[in-house]
Amino acid sequence: MTQGFLVTNRSVRWFLMALALFTAVVAFGSEASGAGLVSTSLVKTLGKTLCLCLIAVAMDVVWGYCGILSLGHFAFFGIGGYAVGMWLMYARTEGIVMSSLQAQTIPPTPAEVSDAIGSQIFGVVGSSDFPMIWAFAHSLPLQLLMVVLVPGFLALIFGWLAFRSRVTGVYLSILTQAMTLALSLYLFQNDSGLRGNNGLSGLQNIPGFEQTSQATISLVFFLASALALGLGYVLFAWVVAGKMGSVVKGIRDNEARVRFLGYRVEGYKLFVFTLTAVVSGIAGALYYPQAGIINPAEIAPIASIYLAVWVAIGGRGRLYGAVIGAALVSLLSSWFTGGGAPDVNLGFYRIQWTDWWLVLLGLSFVCVTLFFPKGIGGLFDYIVRKPS
Amino acid sequence: MSSLLEVSGVSKTFDGFRAINDLSIQINEPELRAIIGPNGAGKTTFMDIVTGKTKPDVGRVVWGERNESLLGLSEAEIANKGIGRKFQKPTVFEDQTVRQNLAMALKNPRGPFAVLFHRKTEEGAARIEEIAAEIGLSDQLTRTAGELSHGQKQWLEIGMLLAQDPRLLLVDEPAAGMTAEEREKTTDILRRAAQTRAVVVVEHDMEFVRRLDCKVTVLHEGHVLAEGSLDHVTADPMVIDVYLGRSDA
Amino acid sequence: MLRILAALILSLGFASLGQAQDLQPVLQSHASEIAKPSRSSVSTALDALVASGLPQVTPFLEAWTDKGIWQRDADGVFFYGSAKGSDLTLRDVDTDAETVVTTNGYTELRPNGGVRRVIGTALVQFQLSDPDITRRLSAIDSIARRPDADQLEPLLASIDGEADRALKARKIQLANFLSASFAPTVADRITAIDSLSRDTSIEARAVLNQILSTKSAVATTLPEANIARTLTPGDDLTVAEAYDRLIAADLAPPVIPPAAIRDALAANIIDGRVGGLPTAQLGTDAARAQAYAALAAAGTVAPLVTAQDQTAAAAQHVFYEVYDQDDAAITDAARAALTSVETRVAAARFADLALDALSLASIYFLAAIGLAITFGVMGVINMAHGEFIMMGAYTGYVVQQFVPDYTLSIIIALPLAFAVTFAAGVTMERLVIRHLYHRPLETLLATFGISIALQQLAKNIFGTQARPLTSPGWLDGAWVLSDVIQISYIRIAIFVLALLFLGLIILILNRTRLGLEVRAVTQNPGMAASMGIDPDRINMMTFGLGSGIAGIAGVAIGLYAKVTSEMGADYIVQSFMTVVVGGVGNVWGTLAGASLIGFLQKGIEFLNPSNTLAAQTYMVLFIILFIQFRPKGIVAQKGRAAAD
Repeated sequence: MTQGFLVTNRSVRWFLMALALFTAVVAFGSEASGAGLVSTSLVKTLGKTLCLCLIAVAMDVVWGYCGILSLGHFAFFGIGGYAVGMWLMYARTEGIVMSSLQAQTIPPTPAEVSDAIGSQIFGVVGSSDFPMIWAFAHSLPLQLLMVVLVPGFLALIFGWLAFRSRVTGVYLSILTQAMTLALSLYLFQNDSGLRGNNGLSGLQNIPGFEQTSQATISLVFFLASALALGLGYVLFAWVVAGKMGSVVKGIRDNEARVRFLGYRVEGYKLFVFTLTAVVSGIAGALYYPQAGIINPAEIAPIASIYLAVWVAIGGRGRLYGAVIGAALVSLLSSWFTGGGAPDVNLGFYRIQWTDWWLVLLGLSFVCVTLFFPKGIGGLFDYIVRKPS
Repeated sequence: MSSLLEVSGVSKTFDGFRAINDLSIQINEPELRAIIGPNGAGKTTFMDIVTGKTKPDVGRVVWGERNESLLGLSEAEIANKGIGRKFQKPTVFEDQTVRQNLAMALKNPRGPFAVLFHRKTEEGAARIEEIAAEIGLSDQLTRTAGELSHGQKQWLEIGMLLAQDPRLLLVDEPAAGMTAEEREKTTDILRRAAQTRAVVVVEHDMEFVRRLDCKVTVLHEGHVLAEGSLDHVTADPMVIDVYLGRSDA
Repeated sequence: MLRILAALILSLGFASLGQAQDLQPVLQSHASEIAKPSRSSVSTALDALVASGLPQVTPFLEAWTDKGIWQRDADGVFFYGSAKGSDLTLRDVDTDAETVVTTNGYTELRPNGGVRRVIGTALVQFQLSDPDITRRLSAIDSIARRPDADQLEPLLASIDGEADRALKARKIQLANFLSASFAPTVADRITAIDSLSRDTSIEARAVLNQILSTKSAVATTLPEANIARTLTPGDDLTVAEAYDRLIAADLAPPVIPPAAIRDALAANIIDGRVGGLPTAQLGTDAARAQAYAALAAAGTVAPLVTAQDQTAAAAQHVFYEVYDQDDAAITDAARAALTSVETRVAAARFADLALDALSLASIYFLAAIGLAITFGVMGVINMAHGEFIMMGAYTGYVVQQFVPDYTLSIIIALPLAFAVTFAAGVTMERLVIRHLYHRPLETLLATFGISIALQQLAKNIFGTQARPLTSPGWLDGAWVLSDVIQISYIRIAIFVLALLFLGLIILILNRTRLGLEVRAVTQNPGMAASMGIDPDRINMMTFGLGSGIAGIAGVAIGLYAKVTSEMGADYIVQSFMTVVVGGVGNVWGTLAGASLIGFLQKGIEFLNPSNTLAAQTYMVLFIILFIQFRPKGIVAQKGRAAAD
């Protein structure tokens, strides 16, 4: 079925080819492969960007196709990051603790090991006990399951509550924003069990691969991110291509009509909301080991709004638009704020982009909304139409 | 002829305004029925109540041979029982092609996973062609619905209703904004549909109702004022007083 | 300060000196006690001074405690003195004659702390009846700071003669405190304690708590004493805690902690085995316990105290708390009084909490009402609303740079902030929002773009550090109703401002042409347009009005919070909640929403005071749930907003 679907969807084929080409260029140019044309830090940046593209695609499906302007998908992204970060931090600390306890004449008891790990991890928040939510942190498979289950479950409950009481439009956006706010406020607490505003750190060190260079690790994560983006893209393209896509777009354009056609709109919304939340969690789980640190500020409502900005600039209702938007804006953003952009000297005033980038972004965002509601992706319509 | 839908003793008040007042209507299968009445007579509220959009304060809405109550069911559940509804304003999915619009309405399993794994079938395609022919849009199947003319959109919506294969069609002002020629075609579509199922048409336009040539129910202030053939009701002095008299003025 | 006062009193008393007796002879007769006082010897000297009844005694005692008395080494005569470098200005204790000498040959009297307290107590007796009210006040303060049994009698004696009414009440209150703790008879103490049951002051509660102070103790059988309560291990305290008390009371051997067990085992390894087990097997608690038990049996280490041992030891003892006060009648009375006081305090706290919540609700109302108006009338969510609040606050800050008078600057800033944000709002409506009608989600995003641009602009102009917006002096301080209930004037001012705006907005909506048209557009835009109302103009005006109110809210919020470029972001989500919970497009709805959120937040903070973040989390969760059950808010809207 998927093969037939790929044959009929030109844009998916084009996208996969472009992604494969890009991945190959970066991989062969990376330090890990010996060429050294692409620095390790750039590989990390590009790998992270691919994860952001993946969540942007998810956001596009839930907003661009289904019409739910969720201001909460970055929360799911963060949860995915936290879930994988817990294992990374636990396993790495366990390794350190075990090697230090090895020196003792008497082998340590399990309680001693757990106490030592606990005080290493929770020392910063003045505790040494493992909270309940760390129950599975010792196991990678279980924690990977959490990457999928926690965002999925949260989205399912929240979505069920919101959709069944028929909260729509701006109300729904505000409600998702409230959910994100509640989550980030919760995580900011020291007794949240996730180290409060310290967050989880040292995630770039993969337990069991201490001897492997960061160049190799970052390349592996880059490739994994590219694979995830490719798979996620195909999955969502398949979901929105068929009859499902018709119904979902129908819900976006006229919810009542779809209802009177006999479709249970709530179920469809819940399906889309939950599926995209799960993919967001996976994207986060790939992103944060490359970023090395996750803290509650990452989950703040503003992050989810930026996500909407990327999708809007890239072009809603077309998956490659979301990818373009996320890649372009996030890379530009780090270029401008990282001091990469040269200052502009106006004679009477010197524009330093670290100060003015957000002004530029804000205003260009207003312009895109006003004048190019289809975003950058809309330009492709002209290109595609010409030959026909 | 057996009773398909029975609405009895239904009342609904909106913030002190009595939209429906002890309304009782019975629809048989098959039957073509026109409901007329001045603005605010409760025509649209009647449809809202039957389709589950509005919950009545009191009264019963009973459906089918097994006399199931429709009250408390969601819009989707009622639609799946076999009640299709066409809105006053044409509401088709303008971003999608005529074929997609019809395909979405086709009688198939409605669950998200059934839809996700749905595959196009031969019968489905044939059924779409059949309906397209019925509503005169055979050569428009690949066009985007947003590009259709107003009348074509109305037909497409009726076509979507037919694709649902409902036992009862509720049609709200299908002829509004149509040319004379288009109206005639609409009348034909509705009359053909009424040969096998119940069709209820809410209409303002007397000429259109006359052409439908069916039993007419006159609503006034949320209540049935008169029922019978068009000639019968137009002769009723009360009807003349509240409705016809006004339209003459 | 005290010295200046002393000098003042001295000069006042000077006229009457003629017929008075001299102090110096009295001093000289106790010269050694005064020059080198000890806590026991000083009382003889003090008794003599008190007995003399001289008016000069008070200033002398004051100077004495304040190291203001010098003695001439040659003849032992005492002077008031103040040294400056090596110069010493002396004043005669009776005639007040001044002489300047060098410090050579003079010794400063430096009574130690204990002596100073004794002098102080004696001094208080004089001061309590001193004609100068300042002195009496300071005497009362000193008693309140250091209550003492000796002070009770002079205090009681001074009450009848007290002319000042407030001071008299204070004296009676203080006498009650002292009587409750120190009255000679039990009956007197109980009477005094009972009278405290109506006093909610912190002092009264401290006195009662002092009487009710307890010690924790443990014994094999419950002794005959004024027992506050007995504690059952397992219920009132954990077995481990109980056992710790036994250890502290030397009634049980200490527990060997796991680390000590490990160390003991490590110290006794012989040929890779401890207590019969190879070291490699000691990776579990059970194995370690077994090895340790073997060591203990051999007498190498102290025996292990197991959990069963602890429980058994705890069961053989009684744990109790005993009052420091022996008389049960007194502690019973104090407990009853404290219960009654605490009930009153709880009621007062509740009132205080309500006031707090009210002021918070006022702030939310001010922050949200502009948003509610634009949302209700135009169906537009203005994400830049928070930045308009910020703009208003910065306007206030800029005005204060030019107008130094704080009262005047606020009076100028309020309308100016309105004008600035009104203009900004209208500009935004004309340039952006007008083009996005019927696309509410896009409006949300476009205004978000404006919001980040404005925020960064403010950062570029005013920097990242907080800017002060100083309130006028008359708004400083708080309205203190009691030790428990108080509210700062600034919050009262904000409350008044909120009330004012509520009135004003209702007036505009219900009594003016604009209001009529706004309501018409809100309820049915199509109909309004067909009746000749220009919705374009109404939208523009409404947006300007909503933004203008945000500006004024900004000034008000800036007065008590810091003005930063991010202050808007702090309020925007709360404002959304207020609007959504209250119900869109209705002033009363916003009021209800603001009140609900304000009271709820304070209520949750009260239940969980240590954790304001948790309070906010719970509040947001509550709001999410609330919207499930009332999706249209408390006051549901009819018309356009309800149609979709």
